[in-house]
Amino acid sequence: MKAYAVNHPIGDIVRSLLPAPWAAIANGALAVAVIAGLVTVSAIFLIWLERKVCAHFQARLGPTRVGPFGLLQPIADAIKLLMKENLRPRGVDNLAYFMAPLLPITGSFLVLAVMPFDHNLQVVDLQAGVVYVVAVSGLGILGILIGGWGSNNKYSLLGSMRSGAQLFSYELSMVLCLLLIVMASGSASLREIVLSQQGTVADWWIFKLPVAGFLAFFLFMISSTAELNRGPLDLSEAESELTGGFHTEYTGISFSMFFLAEFVNMFASAGLGATFFLGGFLAPQFGIGPVDYALAAVPGVIWFFLKTYFLIFLYMWFRWTFPRLRIDHLLSLEWKFLLPVSMANLLLAATLVTFKLIIP
Amino acid sequence: MPEYIIIGVFALVGILFAGAAMVFSRIVAPRFPDAGKKLNSYESGEDTIGSARIQFKIGYYLFALVFLVFDVEAVFLFPVLGILRSAGGSGSHISPLFVWCELLVFIAILGFALFYAWRKKVLEWE
Repeated sequence: MKAYAVNHPIGDIVRSLLPAPWAAIANGALAVAVIAGLVTVSAIFLIWLERKVCAHFQARLGPTRVGPFGLLQPIADAIKLLMKENLRPRGVDNLAYFMAPLLPITGSFLVLAVMPFDHNLQVVDLQAGVVYVVAVSGLGILGILIGGWGSNNKYSLLGSMRSGAQLFSYELSMVLCLLLIVMASGSASLREIVLSQQGTVADWWIFKLPVAGFLAFFLFMISSTAELNRGPLDLSEAESELTGGFHTEYTGISFSMFFLAEFVNMFASAGLGATFFLGGFLAPQFGIGPVDYALAAVPGVIWFFLKTYFLIFLYMWFRWTFPRLRIDHLLSLEWKFLLPVSMANLLLAATLVTFKLIIP
Repeated sequence: MPEYIIIGVFALVGILFAGAAMVFSRIVAPRFPDAGKKLNSYESGEDTIGSARIQFKIGYYLFALVFLVFDVEAVFLFPVLGILRSAGGSGSHISPLFVWCELLVFIAILGFALFYAWRKKVLEWE
Protein backbone atom coordinates (compact mmCIF):
# COMPACT_ATOMS: atom_id res chain seq x y z
CA MET A 1 0.00 0.00 0.00
CA LYS A 2 1.94 2.98 -1.24
CA ALA A 3 1.12 6.54 -2.17
CA TYR A 4 -1.93 6.68 -0.01
CA ALA A 5 -4.35 9.54 0.01
CA VAL A 6 -3.39 10.67 2.71
CA ASN A 7 0.35 10.90 3.04
CA HIS A 8 -0.74 14.40 3.54
CA PRO A 9 -0.01 16.38 6.71
CA ILE A 10 -3.66 15.97 7.64
CA GLY A 11 -3.31 12.21 7.21
CA ASP A 12 -0.33 12.25 9.55
CA ILE A 13 -2.29 14.12 12.19
CA VAL A 14 -5.08 11.54 11.96
CA ARG A 15 -2.49 8.77 12.20
CA SER A 16 -0.97 10.26 15.33
CA LEU A 17 -4.36 10.63 17.02
CA LEU A 18 -5.88 7.19 16.37
CA PRO A 19 -4.65 3.58 16.68
CA ALA A 20 -3.52 2.00 13.39
CA PRO A 21 -6.61 0.27 11.95
CA TRP A 22 -8.90 3.15 12.87
CA ALA A 23 -6.53 5.72 11.43
CA ALA A 24 -6.56 3.89 8.08
CA ILE A 25 -10.35 3.83 8.10
CA ALA A 26 -10.57 7.47 9.11
CA ASN A 27 -8.14 8.48 6.39
CA GLY A 28 -10.07 6.45 3.84
CA ALA A 29 -13.32 8.10 4.91
CA LEU A 30 -11.67 11.49 4.71
CA ALA A 31 -10.46 10.79 1.19
CA VAL A 32 -13.89 9.59 0.08
CA ALA A 33 -15.54 12.65 1.61
CA VAL A 34 -13.08 15.04 -0.04
CA ILE A 35 -13.55 13.46 -3.46
CA ALA A 36 -17.34 13.34 -3.09
CA GLY A 37 -17.35 17.02 -2.14
CA LEU A 38 -15.02 17.87 -4.97
CA VAL A 39 -17.14 15.99 -7.48
CA THR A 40 -20.31 17.76 -6.44
CA VAL A 41 -18.81 21.24 -6.35
CA SER A 42 -16.96 20.67 -9.60
CA ALA A 43 -20.04 19.37 -11.39
CA ILE A 44 -22.12 22.29 -10.18
CA PHE A 45 -19.44 24.72 -11.28
CA LEU A 46 -19.18 22.98 -14.66
CA ILE A 47 -22.90 23.32 -15.28
CA TRP A 48 -22.58 27.05 -14.68
CA LEU A 49 -19.44 27.23 -16.83
CA GLU A 50 -21.10 25.34 -19.67
CA ARG A 51 -24.03 27.75 -19.72
CA LYS A 52 -21.80 30.81 -19.50
CA VAL A 53 -19.36 29.61 -22.19
CA CYS A 54 -22.21 28.58 -24.46
CA ALA A 55 -23.85 31.97 -23.96
CA HIS A 56 -20.71 33.90 -24.76
CA PHE A 57 -20.09 31.83 -27.89
CA GLN A 58 -23.53 32.89 -29.03
CA ALA A 59 -23.09 36.54 -27.95
CA ARG A 60 -25.52 36.22 -25.04
CA LEU A 61 -24.93 36.77 -21.34
CA GLY A 62 -26.11 33.46 -19.90
CA PRO A 63 -27.39 33.18 -16.32
CA THR A 64 -27.00 36.46 -14.42
CA ARG A 65 -29.89 36.59 -11.96
CA VAL A 66 -29.23 34.03 -9.22
CA GLY A 67 -26.20 35.02 -7.18
CA PRO A 68 -23.14 36.93 -8.45
CA PHE A 69 -22.62 36.26 -12.19
CA GLY A 70 -25.41 33.70 -11.90
CA LEU A 71 -23.10 31.39 -9.97
CA LEU A 72 -25.93 29.97 -7.89
CA GLN A 73 -27.99 29.10 -10.96
CA PRO A 74 -27.03 25.37 -10.89
CA ILE A 75 -28.14 25.16 -7.25
CA ALA A 76 -31.49 26.66 -8.17
CA ASP A 77 -31.68 24.12 -11.02
CA ALA A 78 -30.84 21.27 -8.66
CA ILE A 79 -33.58 22.28 -6.23
CA LYS A 80 -36.03 22.57 -9.10
CA LEU A 81 -35.12 19.11 -10.38
CA LEU A 82 -35.39 17.65 -6.90
CA MET A 83 -38.91 19.04 -6.53
CA LYS A 84 -40.19 17.62 -9.81
CA GLU A 85 -42.69 14.80 -9.76
CA ASN A 86 -41.14 11.38 -10.29
CA LEU A 87 -42.98 9.79 -13.17
CA ARG A 88 -42.75 6.13 -13.94
CA PRO A 89 -44.23 5.58 -17.40
CA ARG A 90 -46.40 2.60 -18.18
CA GLY A 91 -44.61 -0.61 -19.12
CA VAL A 92 -41.10 0.21 -17.92
CA ASP A 93 -38.85 -2.56 -16.72
CA ASN A 94 -38.72 -1.58 -13.05
CA LEU A 95 -35.30 -2.86 -12.05
CA ALA A 96 -33.58 -1.61 -15.20
CA TYR A 97 -35.37 1.74 -15.06
CA PHE A 98 -34.28 2.48 -11.50
CA MET A 99 -30.82 1.00 -11.68
CA ALA A 100 -29.73 2.82 -14.84
CA PRO A 101 -29.23 6.32 -13.35
CA LEU A 102 -27.03 4.91 -10.57
CA LEU A 103 -24.41 3.34 -12.85
CA PRO A 104 -22.93 6.28 -14.77
CA ILE A 105 -22.43 8.39 -11.66
CA THR A 106 -20.81 5.47 -9.83
CA GLY A 107 -18.50 4.89 -12.80
CA SER A 108 -17.34 8.48 -12.87
CA PHE A 109 -16.82 8.46 -9.09
CA LEU A 110 -14.63 5.39 -9.44
CA VAL A 111 -12.43 7.01 -12.08
CA LEU A 112 -11.67 9.85 -9.69
CA ALA A 113 -10.47 7.37 -7.07
CA VAL A 114 -7.16 6.91 -8.91
CA MET A 115 -6.78 10.47 -10.18
CA PRO A 116 -3.54 12.05 -8.93
CA PHE A 117 -4.53 15.57 -7.91
CA ASP A 118 -1.17 16.35 -6.35
CA HIS A 119 2.04 14.69 -5.17
CA ASN A 120 0.34 13.43 -2.06
CA LEU A 121 -3.31 13.84 -2.94
CA GLN A 122 -4.52 10.65 -4.54
CA VAL A 123 -6.92 8.22 -2.96
CA VAL A 124 -5.35 5.01 -4.25
CA ASP A 125 -2.54 4.45 -6.68
CA LEU A 126 -3.22 1.17 -8.47
CA GLN A 127 -0.39 -0.56 -10.32
CA ALA A 128 -2.81 -1.25 -13.16
CA GLY A 129 -4.40 2.19 -12.92
CA VAL A 130 -4.99 2.57 -16.65
CA VAL A 131 -6.71 -0.81 -16.98
CA TYR A 132 -8.88 0.10 -14.02
CA VAL A 133 -9.84 3.49 -15.48
CA VAL A 134 -10.86 1.93 -18.78
CA ALA A 135 -12.81 -0.79 -17.00
CA VAL A 136 -14.85 1.44 -14.69
CA SER A 137 -15.61 4.02 -17.34
CA GLY A 138 -17.49 1.19 -19.07
CA LEU A 139 -20.14 1.43 -16.34
CA GLY A 140 -21.46 4.59 -17.98
CA ILE A 141 -22.16 2.71 -21.22
CA LEU A 142 -23.98 0.01 -19.26
CA GLY A 143 -26.14 2.60 -17.53
CA ILE A 144 -27.15 4.14 -20.84
CA LEU A 145 -27.93 0.79 -22.47
CA ILE A 146 -29.92 -0.46 -19.48
CA GLY A 147 -31.81 2.83 -19.14
CA GLY A 148 -32.68 2.94 -22.82
CA TRP A 149 -33.92 -0.63 -22.84
CA GLY A 150 -35.79 -0.33 -19.54
CA SER A 151 -37.69 2.83 -20.53
CA ASN A 152 -40.01 1.06 -22.96
CA ASN A 153 -39.84 3.93 -25.40
CA LYS A 154 -38.77 3.66 -29.02
CA TYR A 155 -36.74 6.84 -28.96
CA SER A 156 -34.92 5.69 -25.83
CA LEU A 157 -34.20 2.29 -27.32
CA LEU A 158 -32.77 3.71 -30.54
CA GLY A 159 -30.85 6.36 -28.63
CA SER A 160 -29.27 3.85 -26.31
CA MET A 161 -28.37 1.46 -29.14
CA ARG A 162 -26.72 4.26 -31.07
CA SER A 163 -25.04 5.36 -27.95
CA GLY A 164 -23.73 1.87 -27.23
CA ALA A 165 -22.32 1.55 -30.76
CA GLN A 166 -20.73 4.98 -30.50
CA LEU A 167 -19.31 4.65 -27.00
CA PHE A 168 -17.64 1.31 -27.38
CA SER A 169 -16.33 2.16 -30.84
CA TYR A 170 -14.60 5.28 -29.61
CA GLU A 171 -13.33 3.52 -26.54
CA LEU A 172 -10.96 1.59 -28.80
CA SER A 173 -9.04 4.57 -30.10
CA MET A 174 -9.07 6.14 -26.66
CA VAL A 175 -7.56 3.01 -25.10
CA LEU A 176 -4.90 2.85 -27.81
CA CYS A 177 -3.89 6.45 -27.07
CA LEU A 178 -3.68 5.74 -23.35
CA LEU A 179 -1.70 2.55 -24.08
CA LEU A 180 0.79 4.59 -26.04
CA ILE A 181 1.58 6.62 -22.95
CA VAL A 182 1.73 3.44 -20.84
CA MET A 183 4.38 2.20 -23.24
CA ALA A 184 6.33 5.45 -23.31
CA SER A 185 6.39 5.85 -19.55
CA GLY A 186 6.78 2.13 -18.80
CA SER A 187 4.10 2.12 -16.12
CA ALA A 188 0.33 1.80 -15.86
CA SER A 189 0.04 3.65 -12.56
CA LEU A 190 -1.30 7.16 -13.02
CA ARG A 191 1.07 8.61 -10.45
CA GLU A 192 4.10 7.05 -12.15
CA ILE A 193 2.91 8.38 -15.49
CA VAL A 194 2.82 11.91 -14.12
CA LEU A 195 6.22 11.51 -12.51
CA SER A 196 7.68 10.27 -15.81
CA GLN A 197 7.05 13.75 -17.21
CA GLN A 198 9.26 15.61 -14.77
CA GLY A 199 11.53 18.25 -16.23
CA THR A 200 10.55 21.10 -18.52
CA VAL A 201 7.41 21.52 -20.58
CA ALA A 202 9.19 19.64 -23.39
CA ASP A 203 9.12 16.54 -21.17
CA TRP A 204 5.34 16.34 -21.18
CA TRP A 205 4.29 13.39 -23.26
CA ILE A 206 2.48 15.59 -25.74
CA PHE A 207 5.87 17.07 -26.76
CA LYS A 208 8.34 14.41 -25.65
CA LEU A 209 7.41 11.84 -28.29
CA PRO A 210 7.98 13.55 -31.62
CA VAL A 211 4.75 13.58 -33.71
CA ALA A 212 3.33 10.49 -31.95
CA GLY A 213 2.67 12.32 -28.68
CA PHE A 214 0.78 15.17 -30.23
CA LEU A 215 -1.14 12.87 -32.56
CA ALA A 216 -2.12 10.70 -29.60
CA PHE A 217 -3.36 13.78 -27.73
CA PHE A 218 -5.35 14.88 -30.77
CA LEU A 219 -6.94 11.42 -31.16
CA PHE A 220 -7.58 11.26 -27.41
CA MET A 221 -9.46 14.57 -27.48
CA ILE A 222 -11.68 13.45 -30.38
CA SER A 223 -12.47 10.04 -28.93
CA SER A 224 -13.06 11.34 -25.43
CA THR A 225 -15.50 13.91 -26.82
CA ALA A 226 -17.39 10.95 -28.26
CA GLU A 227 -17.06 9.02 -25.00
CA LEU A 228 -18.55 11.97 -23.14
CA ASN A 229 -21.53 12.08 -25.47
CA ARG A 230 -20.90 15.71 -26.18
CA GLY A 231 -21.52 17.65 -29.33
CA PRO A 232 -20.55 17.35 -32.17
CA LEU A 233 -20.60 13.62 -31.33
CA ASP A 234 -23.70 13.56 -29.11
CA LEU A 235 -25.79 11.24 -31.23
CA SER A 236 -27.29 9.34 -28.33
CA GLU A 237 -29.31 12.33 -27.26
CA ALA A 238 -29.55 14.23 -30.52
CA GLU A 239 -32.64 16.22 -29.53
CA SER A 240 -33.51 17.16 -33.08
CA GLU A 241 -33.88 13.52 -34.16
CA LEU A 242 -34.48 11.45 -31.02
CA THR A 243 -36.27 13.90 -28.68
CA GLY A 244 -33.60 13.29 -26.04
CA GLY A 245 -32.37 9.78 -26.72
CA PHE A 246 -31.89 7.34 -23.89
CA HIS A 247 -33.18 9.70 -21.19
CA THR A 248 -36.45 10.64 -22.91
CA GLU A 249 -38.51 8.91 -20.19
CA TYR A 250 -36.48 10.10 -17.22
CA THR A 251 -37.74 13.01 -15.16
CA GLY A 252 -36.65 15.01 -12.16
CA ILE A 253 -33.90 13.55 -10.09
CA SER A 254 -33.24 10.41 -12.13
CA PHE A 255 -32.71 12.57 -15.21
CA SER A 256 -30.38 14.84 -13.29
CA MET A 257 -28.29 11.83 -12.25
CA PHE A 258 -27.48 11.18 -15.92
CA PHE A 259 -26.85 14.87 -16.35
CA LEU A 260 -24.57 15.08 -13.33
CA ALA A 261 -22.66 11.97 -14.43
CA GLU A 262 -22.04 13.63 -17.77
CA PHE A 263 -20.37 16.60 -16.09
CA VAL A 264 -18.38 14.50 -13.62
CA ASN A 265 -17.24 12.39 -16.57
CA MET A 266 -16.16 15.49 -18.40
CA PHE A 267 -14.05 16.46 -15.42
CA ALA A 268 -12.61 12.94 -15.11
CA SER A 269 -11.84 12.72 -18.80
CA ALA A 270 -10.15 16.11 -18.96
CA GLY A 271 -8.25 15.14 -15.83
CA LEU A 272 -7.01 12.00 -17.57
CA GLY A 273 -5.94 14.06 -20.58
CA ALA A 274 -4.02 16.42 -18.28
CA THR A 275 -2.45 13.49 -16.41
CA PHE A 276 -1.36 11.57 -19.48
CA PHE A 277 -0.31 14.33 -21.84
CA LEU A 278 0.13 17.60 -19.99
CA GLY A 279 2.13 16.60 -16.95
CA GLY A 280 -0.77 16.35 -14.46
CA PHE A 281 0.06 18.11 -11.24
CA LEU A 282 3.59 19.09 -12.32
CA ALA A 283 4.22 22.80 -12.69
CA PRO A 284 5.25 23.88 -16.20
CA GLN A 285 8.99 24.58 -16.28
CA PHE A 286 10.75 26.47 -19.04
CA GLY A 287 14.37 26.18 -18.03
CA ILE A 288 14.55 29.84 -17.00
CA GLY A 289 15.63 29.96 -13.34
CA PRO A 290 13.43 32.60 -11.66
CA VAL A 291 10.33 31.87 -13.74
CA ASP A 292 10.61 28.16 -12.97
CA TYR A 293 11.04 28.89 -9.31
CA ALA A 294 7.93 31.07 -9.22
CA LEU A 295 5.84 28.52 -11.16
CA ALA A 296 6.99 25.63 -8.99
CA ALA A 297 5.91 27.54 -5.89
CA VAL A 298 2.25 27.21 -6.96
CA PRO A 299 0.75 24.03 -5.45
CA GLY A 300 0.42 21.06 -7.82
CA VAL A 301 -3.30 20.76 -7.27
CA ILE A 302 -3.78 24.22 -8.80
CA TRP A 303 -1.81 23.23 -11.89
CA PHE A 304 -3.87 20.07 -12.15
CA PHE A 305 -7.09 22.06 -12.06
CA LEU A 306 -5.81 24.68 -14.52
CA LYS A 307 -4.83 22.02 -17.06
CA THR A 308 -8.07 20.12 -16.52
CA TYR A 309 -10.20 23.21 -16.96
CA PHE A 310 -8.26 24.16 -20.06
CA LEU A 311 -9.19 20.80 -21.60
CA ILE A 312 -12.78 21.20 -20.43
CA PHE A 313 -12.88 24.55 -22.18
CA LEU A 314 -11.65 22.79 -25.35
CA TYR A 315 -14.54 20.31 -25.06
CA MET A 316 -16.99 23.20 -24.76
CA TRP A 317 -15.36 24.97 -27.68
CA PHE A 318 -15.79 21.84 -29.86
CA ARG A 319 -19.41 21.61 -28.90
CA TRP A 320 -20.33 25.12 -29.97
CA THR A 321 -18.17 25.12 -33.10
CA PHE A 322 -18.90 21.95 -35.07
CA PRO A 323 -22.25 20.69 -36.35
CA ARG A 324 -23.44 17.26 -35.26
CA LEU A 325 -22.31 14.26 -37.31
CA ARG A 326 -24.64 11.70 -38.85
CA ILE A 327 -24.52 8.21 -37.31
CA ASP A 328 -22.90 6.54 -40.34
CA HIS A 329 -20.33 9.32 -40.64
CA LEU A 330 -19.63 8.99 -36.95
CA LEU A 331 -18.96 5.27 -37.15
CA SER A 332 -16.90 5.66 -40.33
CA LEU A 333 -14.83 8.33 -38.63
CA GLU A 334 -13.94 5.91 -35.87
CA TRP A 335 -13.48 2.64 -37.73
CA LYS A 336 -12.01 3.94 -40.97
CA PHE A 337 -9.95 6.80 -39.65
CA LEU A 338 -9.31 7.06 -35.91
CA LEU A 339 -8.72 3.36 -35.26
CA PRO A 340 -6.24 2.70 -38.13
CA VAL A 341 -4.47 5.97 -37.40
CA SER A 342 -4.17 5.25 -33.70
CA MET A 343 -2.84 1.74 -34.44
CA ALA A 344 -0.24 3.19 -36.81
CA ASN A 345 0.55 5.85 -34.25
CA LEU A 346 1.10 3.17 -31.61
CA LEU A 347 3.58 1.45 -33.92
CA LEU A 348 5.32 4.74 -34.59
CA ALA A 349 5.63 5.40 -30.88
CA ALA A 350 6.85 1.82 -30.27
CA THR A 351 9.56 2.39 -32.86
CA LEU A 352 10.56 5.66 -31.22
CA VAL A 353 10.76 4.00 -27.81
CA THR A 354 12.58 0.88 -29.03
CA PHE A 355 15.26 2.76 -30.91
CA LYS A 356 15.51 5.42 -28.21
CA LEU A 357 14.41 8.25 -30.47
CA ILE A 358 12.56 10.07 -27.70
CA ILE A 359 13.65 13.66 -27.34
CA PRO A 360 15.64 13.45 -24.09
CA MET B 1 -5.67 -5.69 -1.30
CA PRO B 2 -6.37 -2.61 0.84
CA GLU B 3 -6.47 -0.49 -2.29
CA TYR B 4 -9.39 -2.44 -3.62
CA ILE B 5 -11.29 -2.15 -0.35
CA ILE B 6 -11.16 1.62 -0.76
CA ILE B 7 -12.28 1.24 -4.36
CA GLY B 8 -15.20 -0.81 -3.05
CA VAL B 9 -16.06 1.94 -0.59
CA PHE B 10 -15.99 4.39 -3.48
CA ALA B 11 -18.41 2.28 -5.47
CA LEU B 12 -20.70 2.12 -2.47
CA VAL B 13 -20.53 5.88 -1.93
CA GLY B 14 -21.31 6.45 -5.59
CA ILE B 15 -24.40 4.28 -5.41
CA LEU B 16 -25.48 5.74 -2.07
CA PHE B 17 -24.98 9.31 -3.33
CA ALA B 18 -27.29 8.76 -6.28
CA GLY B 19 -29.66 6.52 -4.31
CA ALA B 20 -30.00 9.02 -1.47
CA ALA B 21 -30.81 11.82 -3.90
CA MET B 22 -33.51 9.67 -5.50
CA VAL B 23 -35.02 8.68 -2.16
CA PHE B 24 -34.93 12.27 -0.93
CA SER B 25 -36.66 13.46 -4.07
CA ARG B 26 -39.28 10.74 -3.58
CA ILE B 27 -40.06 12.28 -0.18
CA VAL B 28 -40.14 15.95 -1.16
CA ALA B 29 -41.45 15.78 -4.71
CA PRO B 30 -45.15 16.41 -5.26
CA ARG B 31 -47.49 13.81 -6.75
CA PHE B 32 -50.31 14.68 -9.06
CA PRO B 33 -53.10 12.27 -9.96
CA ASP B 34 -53.01 10.53 -13.32
CA ALA B 35 -55.62 12.03 -15.59
CA GLY B 36 -55.46 9.18 -18.09
CA LYS B 37 -52.63 9.51 -20.59
CA LYS B 38 -50.00 10.94 -18.32
CA LEU B 39 -48.04 7.73 -17.92
CA ASN B 40 -47.96 6.81 -21.62
CA SER B 41 -44.46 6.65 -23.00
CA TYR B 42 -43.63 9.67 -25.09
CA GLU B 43 -44.18 9.53 -28.81
CA SER B 44 -44.26 13.16 -29.83
CA GLY B 45 -47.64 13.73 -28.23
CA GLU B 46 -49.56 11.04 -30.08
CA ASP B 47 -51.00 7.99 -28.32
CA THR B 48 -48.36 5.36 -27.82
CA ILE B 49 -48.52 2.58 -30.39
CA GLY B 50 -47.48 -0.84 -29.16
CA SER B 51 -44.54 -1.71 -26.99
CA ALA B 52 -40.95 -0.59 -27.51
CA ARG B 53 -39.76 -4.18 -27.64
CA ILE B 54 -39.41 -3.92 -31.39
CA GLN B 55 -37.02 -5.30 -33.95
CA PHE B 56 -34.21 -2.92 -34.65
CA LYS B 57 -31.15 -2.77 -36.79
CA ILE B 58 -28.76 -5.70 -36.44
CA GLY B 59 -25.88 -3.42 -37.45
CA TYR B 60 -25.32 -2.38 -33.84
CA TYR B 61 -24.39 -5.96 -32.96
CA LEU B 62 -21.94 -6.29 -35.82
CA PHE B 63 -20.08 -3.31 -34.45
CA ALA B 64 -20.21 -4.85 -30.99
CA LEU B 65 -18.63 -8.04 -32.33
CA VAL B 66 -15.81 -6.23 -34.11
CA PHE B 67 -15.33 -4.17 -30.96
CA LEU B 68 -14.80 -7.33 -28.91
CA VAL B 69 -11.87 -8.35 -31.09
CA PHE B 70 -10.12 -5.04 -30.63
CA ASP B 71 -10.93 -4.72 -26.96
CA VAL B 72 -9.31 -8.07 -26.24
CA GLU B 73 -6.40 -6.84 -28.32
CA ALA B 74 -6.01 -3.86 -26.00
CA VAL B 75 -5.89 -6.16 -22.97
CA PHE B 76 -3.18 -8.29 -24.60
CA LEU B 77 -1.22 -5.22 -25.61
CA PHE B 78 -0.97 -3.96 -22.03
CA PRO B 79 1.74 -6.36 -20.78
CA VAL B 80 3.73 -6.20 -24.03
CA LEU B 81 3.77 -2.42 -24.06
CA GLY B 82 4.46 -2.34 -20.35
CA ILE B 83 7.82 -4.10 -20.73
CA LEU B 84 8.96 -2.42 -23.95
CA ARG B 85 10.62 0.42 -22.08
CA SER B 86 12.42 -1.78 -19.56
CA ALA B 87 13.40 -4.51 -22.06
CA GLY B 88 17.13 -4.63 -22.66
CA GLY B 89 17.83 -2.84 -19.38
CA SER B 90 19.54 -4.35 -16.38
CA GLY B 91 17.94 -7.60 -15.23
CA SER B 92 15.96 -8.03 -18.43
CA HIS B 93 16.64 -10.98 -20.72
CA ILE B 94 14.44 -9.82 -23.57
CA SER B 95 15.84 -7.67 -26.30
CA PRO B 96 13.71 -4.62 -27.12
CA LEU B 97 13.98 -5.46 -30.80
CA PHE B 98 12.26 -8.80 -30.12
CA VAL B 99 9.38 -7.08 -28.32
CA TRP B 100 9.13 -4.56 -31.13
CA CYS B 101 8.93 -7.34 -33.77
CA GLU B 102 6.23 -9.13 -31.78
CA LEU B 103 4.29 -5.90 -31.52
CA LEU B 104 4.61 -5.41 -35.26
CA VAL B 105 3.27 -8.91 -35.99
CA PHE B 106 0.43 -8.50 -33.50
CA ILE B 107 -0.72 -5.16 -34.86
CA ALA B 108 -0.31 -6.41 -38.44
CA ILE B 109 -2.69 -9.30 -37.71
CA LEU B 110 -5.20 -6.89 -36.20
CA GLY B 111 -4.76 -4.52 -39.08
CA PHE B 112 -5.60 -7.40 -41.36
CA ALA B 113 -8.71 -8.16 -39.26
CA LEU B 114 -9.84 -4.57 -39.63
CA PHE B 115 -9.11 -4.64 -43.36
CA TYR B 116 -11.12 -7.87 -43.70
CA ALA B 117 -14.09 -6.43 -41.81
CA TRP B 118 -13.87 -3.34 -43.99
CA ARG B 119 -13.86 -5.33 -47.23
CA LYS B 120 -16.72 -7.55 -45.98
CA LYS B 121 -18.72 -4.33 -45.52
CA VAL B 122 -19.25 -4.90 -41.80
CA LEU B 123 -18.33 -1.27 -41.24
CA GLU B 124 -20.90 0.06 -43.71
CA TRP B 125 -24.08 1.59 -42.39
CA GLU B 126 -27.04 1.47 -44.76
